Amino acid sequence: MLILECPYCGVKAEETELSPGYEAHLKRFGPGSSDTEFEDYMFARKNPKGVHFERWRHVYGCGKWFLAARDTATLEVFGTYAAQSSAPPAALQDKIKAKRPDWKGYK
Amino acid sequence: MKRYSVFAIAKEALSHHMGWERAWASPLPKKSYDVIIVGAGGHGLATAFYLGKNYGITNVAVIEKGWLGGGNTGRNTTIIRSNYLQDPSAAIYEKARSLYETMSQDLNYNVMFSPRGLLMLAQTHHEIRGYQRTAHANALQGVSTEWISPQRVKELVPIISLDGPRYPVLGALYQARGGTARHDAVAWGYARACSAMGMDIIQQCEVTGVTSEGGAVTGVNTSKGFIGCKKLGVVVAGHSGQVADMAGFRLPVEAVALQALVSEPIKPCMDVVVMANTVHGYMSQSDKGEMVIGGGTDGFNNFTQRGSFHHIEETLRALIETFPMISRLKMLRQWGGIVDMTGDRSPIISKTPLGNCFINCGWGTGGFKAIPGSGWAMAELVAKGEPGPLAEAFNMWRFKEGQFIDESVAAGVAH
Ligand SMILES: Cc1cc2nc3c(=O)[nH]c(=O)nc-3n(C[C@H](O)[C@H](O)[C@H](O)COP(=O)(O)OP(=O)(O)OC[C@H]3O[C@@H](n4cnc5c(N)ncnc54)[C@H](O)[C@@H]3O)c2cc1C
Ligand SMILES: [Zn+2]
Repeated sequence: MLILECPYCGVKAEETELSPGYEAHLKRFGPGSSDTEFEDYMFARKNPKGVHFERWRHVYGCGKWFLAARDTATLEVFGTYAAQSSAPPAALQDKIKAKRPDWKGYK
Repeated sequence: MKRYSVFAIAKEALSHHMGWERAWASPLPKKSYDVIIVGAGGHGLATAFYLGKNYGITNVAVIEKGWLGGGNTGRNTTIIRSNYLQDPSAAIYEKARSLYETMSQDLNYNVMFSPRGLLMLAQTHHEIRGYQRTAHANALQGVSTEWISPQRVKELVPIISLDGPRYPVLGALYQARGGTARHDAVAWGYARACSAMGMDIIQQCEVTGVTSEGGAVTGVNTSKGFIGCKKLGVVVAGHSGQVADMAGFRLPVEAVALQALVSEPIKPCMDVVVMANTVHGYMSQSDKGEMVIGGGTDGFNNFTQRGSFHHIEETLRALIETFPMISRLKMLRQWGGIVDMTGDRSPIISKTPLGNCFINCGWGTGGFKAIPGSGWAMAELVAKGEPGPLAEAFNMWRFKEGQFIDESVAAGVAH
């Protein structure tokens, strides 16, 4: 069972209180973009076997969306942060690097 | 290959069954092959089999990082049906279903195909409309299915409760020729037939890199060294994105866990397969008497082959309403597999940006039933370099062009 701490209300919520929302930090493309940009935005996903940045919603708590860093190969949660972030916080990235020296970093 | 038959059993009995030959060989890899297939699941093995059978290409290696059939092929709930809505799906799944009917004879291996009939329950008014539409579409596609009344459902499934408080049974889409087969036997039967054609099935050998030159694959790096090839077929289900990454292209695929479970064995009580898609639960009874139960996928990227407990709870909660008699059953085992989900929930059988590299993936939660049809279509693609009519619509460029094969909306659950 996954346990993630909601960065807004501070509750350590277990999975049944949360709703997953797949990959975070997608760059949005709309009218005026190229076909490839739009396809990437809609369908191309990193889907790494390892460190993944993703969206979650504290649906049965405060109701807010937030972001999390998690290892898809071990289910270890590295940390959570606000949905308004355009990239994972530096401190979180450092923490992941310390735990996963082979990690190629956030791209 | 020595044929299996009643005479063979009698003959081997004389030597106390100690003389049976191994079903397939376990050779060391050669330096290079005409075709390498990565992944010895059902789809990879079926691809190799039809390369040999339909196109005479037998200088083939199937490379598997674990043991053959140890991925989703050995983890699924074995439902076989072809009652899809869209024409391209109906064509390939019906081809597969029809190949299942003669598979035991074709492979000289008992895959225990059991066309016992399959029901998809309608439990909302939306589903009634949806399944009636599917029944009409199937009539046009030449797939025989019918819409049946709740009373007929009760005749076919005496243990069902028609008027559950939340989700009453309002009718069903019935495919009398749908059913189940023994999943391991499908993998083993193909492996034995491939080995008999002189193909190499190389287990415990992980592909760790794909080498290419001038836009064409030259071979693969593996845990047993470099192996060269003229053509490469990638058929690795949950790890498709990882192997595509080695070859330098991206796929619209995400990996999530799907779980299943079986109960303690009980006396025969249900001789059809029942799917309840609104509540995400389905059930059949195995030959051993276990109730085989499956549900929906977890909602997050996962490579661990284990899922979340609350999904199992959800599935059982829903099924107990429809099958009250299972509420006292003990569950024996539960497991998970990593399924490859595409953007439109339909599979990919496609050329790739590399000229001699082909991909077969995205079967997600419902590809066991497709194994022979998918292998048939993939073998044609690999042999000719161009897709035939079965594979054409499943190319990976459909996501750019917006030509989806949208079964997810049609089926809800895709087993
Ligand atoms: C719980 C569950 C229930 C299901 N129920 C049904 C059902 O009722 N009906 C139905 O039709 N479908 C069902 N499915 C779906 C079905 O199991 C799959 O779609 C199908 O088995 C996929 O077969 P495959 O050959 O593509 O993949 P797999 O059988 O997973 O084979 C892929 C193989 O590739 C190997 N591989 C991966 N990476 C590498 C590498 N780098 N090098 C070498 N080898 C590699 C893996 O080890 C694996 O053996 C279910 C799936 C699950 C998990
Ligand atoms: Zn919260």
